[in-house]
Amino acid sequence: MSKLLDSVKFDADGYLDDPNQWTEELAKEIAAREGITLSDRHWVVINYARNEWKTKGEAPTLRNITKNTDVDTKELYGLFPGGPGKLAAKVAGLHKPTGCI
Amino acid sequence: MADKPVRKLSIIASKGSLDMAYPPLILANAARMSGVEVNVFFTFWGLDIITKKKMDHLNVAVVGNPSMHPSFHIPTLVGVIPGMSAMASWMMRKEIAKLDFPPVGEFVQLIQDAGANLYGCKMSMDMMKLTVNDLVDGAKVLGAMEFIEMSDGGQTLFV
Repeated sequence: MSKLLDSVKFDADGYLDDPNQWTEELAKEIAAREGITLSDRHWVVINYARNEWKTKGEAPTLRNITKNTDVDTKELYGLFPGGPGKLAAKVAGLHKPTGCI
Repeated sequence: MADKPVRKLSIIASKGSLDMAYPPLILANAARMSGVEVNVFFTFWGLDIITKKKMDHLNVAVVGNPSMHPSFHIPTLVGVIPGMSAMASWMMRKEIAKLDFPPVGEFVQLIQDAGANLYGCKMSMDMMKLTVNDLVDGAKVLGAMEFIEMSDGGQTLFV
């Protein structure tokens, strides 16, 4: 574990406890821990998710992401192969999404 | 996390009414969202969900459906009036859209894009005189035995 990851708290499932502690550097390290190297396309998703969280207080649904960014479902699954529902929120430092879609 | 074995879910979709088409689609999608491998077997009326001509015209039964929510509730004697099923289906489609769930055809495409594998039950297709060309693109035809073999090591849901 890196110092940066050690300096913040995660819940039992690996979601950042306090989304306010999130930084871009932290996102890179969380992604690396999940086996993902962040590209520009990941950042489209991450930045959108962060903005949604700022305005609505929770992680966006995947349908919300694919409707409002130019990342479609296939690409989203390619970017986060272990399950974008979980991974996009984790890397964006948000809590587990509660939406069903 | 990354090195855990991949979970596997097999869903058998056996009903083709509008209300019963959604549970297997929602569960398949939710499973894919959390990285679970998904195979869906469409059998009997469930085939309508992936039959191109039918998927966007599924209806909810208003007569003999004991589960109708109070806001949708239609007494049996009223339900026999022509057009009631169409009206109830229209209402339900509207409510589903409000929750941001896509219509059935689009939802099927969504779970395919998400990597779920779709299979039409061979026996049901023979009975209903359907071929693979009647099914949505990407769906395959499979016998029940093959599906059971494919489900090995995973969890199975019957809807």
